[in-house]
Amino acid sequence: MPKDSGIGASSKRREDVRFLTGAGNYTDDINARGQAYVHFLRSDIAHGRIKNVDTSAAEGMPGVVRIFTGKDFEGVGGIPCGWEVTDRHGAPMQEPAHPILAQGKVRHVGDPIAAVVADSLEQARDAAEAIDLDIEELPAVLDMKAAAQDGATLVHDDLKNNICYDWHLGEADNDKVDEVFANAAHVTTLDLVNNRLVANPMEPRVAVAEYNRGTEEYTLYTTSQNPHVIRLLMCAFVLGLPEHKVRVVAPDVGGGFGTKIFHYAEEAFCTFAAKACNRPIKWTASRSEAFMSDAQGRDHVSTIELALDADNNFVGLRTNTYANLGAYLSTFSSSVPTWLHGTLMAGNYKTPVIQVNVKAMFTNTVPVDAYRGAGRPEATFQIERVIDKAARELGVDPIALRRQNFITEFPYDTPVALTYDTGNYHGTMDKLEAAADLAGFAARRAESEAKGKLRGLGVNCYIEACGIAPSNIVGMLGARAGLYDAATVRVNATGSISVMVGAHSHGQGHETAFPQVVADMIGIDESMVEIVHGDTSKIPFGMGTYGSRSLAVCGSAMVKATEKVIEKAKRIAAHLLEASEADIELKDGQFSIAGTDKSVAWGDVTLTAYVPHNYPLEVEPGLEETAFYDPANFTFPAGAYACEVEVDPETGKVSIEKFTAADDFGNIVNPMIVDGQVHGGIGQGIGQALLENCAYDENGQLLSASYMDYAMPRADDVPFYAVDHSSQTPCTHNPLGVKGCGEAGAIGSPPAVVNAVLDALNSGGKAVDHIDMPVSPSRVWTAMNG
Amino acid sequence: MTQVSMTVNGKPVSGDVEGRTLLSSFLRDHLSLTGTHVGCDTAQCGACVVHVDGEAVKSCNMLALEADGSEVGTIEGQANSDGSLNTIQQAFQDHHGLQCGFCTPGMVMSAAALLKENPRPTEAEVRKYLEGNLCRCTGYHNIVKAIMAASGQNVSSIAAE
Repeated sequence: MPKDSGIGASSKRREDVRFLTGAGNYTDDINARGQAYVHFLRSDIAHGRIKNVDTSAAEGMPGVVRIFTGKDFEGVGGIPCGWEVTDRHGAPMQEPAHPILAQGKVRHVGDPIAAVVADSLEQARDAAEAIDLDIEELPAVLDMKAAAQDGATLVHDDLKNNICYDWHLGEADNDKVDEVFANAAHVTTLDLVNNRLVANPMEPRVAVAEYNRGTEEYTLYTTSQNPHVIRLLMCAFVLGLPEHKVRVVAPDVGGGFGTKIFHYAEEAFCTFAAKACNRPIKWTASRSEAFMSDAQGRDHVSTIELALDADNNFVGLRTNTYANLGAYLSTFSSSVPTWLHGTLMAGNYKTPVIQVNVKAMFTNTVPVDAYRGAGRPEATFQIERVIDKAARELGVDPIALRRQNFITEFPYDTPVALTYDTGNYHGTMDKLEAAADLAGFAARRAESEAKGKLRGLGVNCYIEACGIAPSNIVGMLGARAGLYDAATVRVNATGSISVMVGAHSHGQGHETAFPQVVADMIGIDESMVEIVHGDTSKIPFGMGTYGSRSLAVCGSAMVKATEKVIEKAKRIAAHLLEASEADIELKDGQFSIAGTDKSVAWGDVTLTAYVPHNYPLEVEPGLEETAFYDPANFTFPAGAYACEVEVDPETGKVSIEKFTAADDFGNIVNPMIVDGQVHGGIGQGIGQALLENCAYDENGQLLSASYMDYAMPRADDVPFYAVDHSSQTPCTHNPLGVKGCGEAGAIGSPPAVVNAVLDALNSGGKAVDHIDMPVSPSRVWTAMNG
Repeated sequence: MTQVSMTVNGKPVSGDVEGRTLLSSFLRDHLSLTGTHVGCDTAQCGACVVHVDGEAVKSCNMLALEADGSEVGTIEGQANSDGSLNTIQQAFQDHHGLQCGFCTPGMVMSAAALLKENPRPTEAEVRKYLEGNLCRCTGYHNIVKAIMAASGQNVSSIAAE
């Protein structure tokens, strides 16, 4: 029986009302009195040496307030990287400077060269056209393998080469790995590309910065997933400002998907220029600017090898991956191909020997960082594609091959540094087989074939490490931040509650789901609980929302703070009831003496806390508690996905006919929201698999810089999805037993789509091993006819 | 500067605009009707859809001067007169047809235009009509479902709530 409130209820989202009536408050909706506008003049070439930037003509243009170039930022810090990866020899990664405006060289199309501040945006744009640039074009570094060769053109002249790091995880002994492969009964090898994507939240990035000369305080409104992280990075590493004098606000944010985690040059610029120009400064990215300045995602080139014994048990797995970091190190870029990718290479399988090798490369492209899934989709794609290929080579059922190799006992220590606390991969696969009606596939294939279409079924599993992350562990791995979170539960005198959280909601529905938890714990109506987020002047220091962490980490902090509130309230209630604290029970918003009918209501206790006339003298007045929560481990959501496609053999066009997801997210607070998260992830995963590709030409020109060129999934590219979340193994180490659901869909769906296309082609007699994403009609047609 | 006058959500408005001022800018910057969003610069994303003389229009792709004398409807004028959500808005909330909310105004305005011309669209018709409205959050599942529900169709059999 579905619940109608509290934990487990599909409570309707309260934030929807403002979004549905045009009353949202996004950053671009904010205007400061007297604001000026900035337009960034960006490089239109991928790589060049700046010889001169002549702003003299532009400075006299109407409305121009001031023009900034890289020279204005000499002595100002650059954009920092938040994770120092250590290479296979124990040396730190190469870490080039990342100036706010280009200094010396431009290194990708879109690299900002100058910033024009003017009374209106149009005037700023007009003046930017009058800036005279003298830039000597240099060869663009694009191909990662070529970039790794000795003598390659350098993206950064002060580095020894273009390799940020050459990293390794898992079995260190190459001879041992070679021996495993040499002794294997069967080895399957696959070269594949994980295509570069652009996250594309529908709201482009925006920043509005103000400086108050009287109080010497700054306010920055910005499109961020983590305002405290932005404040810390900008104050401590870039501008050298006192944190307590800077307020960062991330109001309603129109989607993030990772790309709004990072600290960007534009928001630091606006903050800097607000003081320098003594005016509020506003910047709103155009979509084209977003394509050339938002950190992009994926872009791995891998060779994956799977070794099996004579009984088809997995005995070894090895990947050699090149990971593109682009021109500069974005905030968490270095952690993605390493600790968010290498550690997931065990997947759902008990492979005893695993070796992960990653070369991370600088190229003359837009920086690459975390995008929904961040490393985990790249790991999953390799594992699940090579297993599918092995099954085809061995002539065995791909589901049976997976099941045979599933990890079945928990906790499980993988050979790549993680300990899975819990899971039930057979149980989740059982749910998938039922929900996807796999038994009926043969009949559906026959129907498709009768229409002249090829039908394919693709199945895969995934596991992800979420709830990022235990600070002590990530600290050992190079993170320059803790990854706890925080919540303050402020009970008002009348019993209503404001919960200030470090997590940030930009589509996830925290304003609805988080109150469900607090209300459930106390036994009051959800409407009495309000979430406050996104403003460093209001919330405790939390790390924000990414890596499917909000409920698992910040929600745990909220539970702990609520427990402290309840404990204190019980002491007050015991006083009012003249009973022992140990005898007080809280249920349905009533404190009662166990075994009696004597009780006092929640509202009476909260009022007493603030009007402490009849009050226990040893207890402080008030009812407000803060908790920080640092997780003991990652959480490990896992699932099994099935995709059915039809392929038109005449054109190579693929259509998704059926998509089913079975996920184990542990306990679920709001099933409606969780389903929605999976739908959205699947939509993006289908986009990656079939449509999306961020493309550069041989000169480093960005070919896909608008929605005319970058194929976003549209409503008629996707079907209804069937999702099943009834397989539940609760997380063993957080108080709610929750795991995280935000990225699963994007991690689990691309291999299912590609596996399905290949199954279709092979069913039509075409022995095709692999097609790189996006699996476009031309690639399918070429594979069939090439 | 040229004076432009129109009726927006039933109220007469006017303002002085440059020739290059887009209708979306006029609504957002001159009238502070910030519910109309701008998500791209190539008339692809549909976050800026409004109604001009009853037709769904991408307001980033129309000059304010072109709307002179027109009846313009925006998301701010869609709720019922008592302030409650209208049928389409309510269906979006009931079926979780929005997440971050940025594409939502355009989706609601497009859905209203669709249902006006086709009161009971099929799933395929809804998907086809929404080609000009991008959403990055929902995978479209609950948007399509909400619009079909708003048209009075029973959507309970659609895979997974």
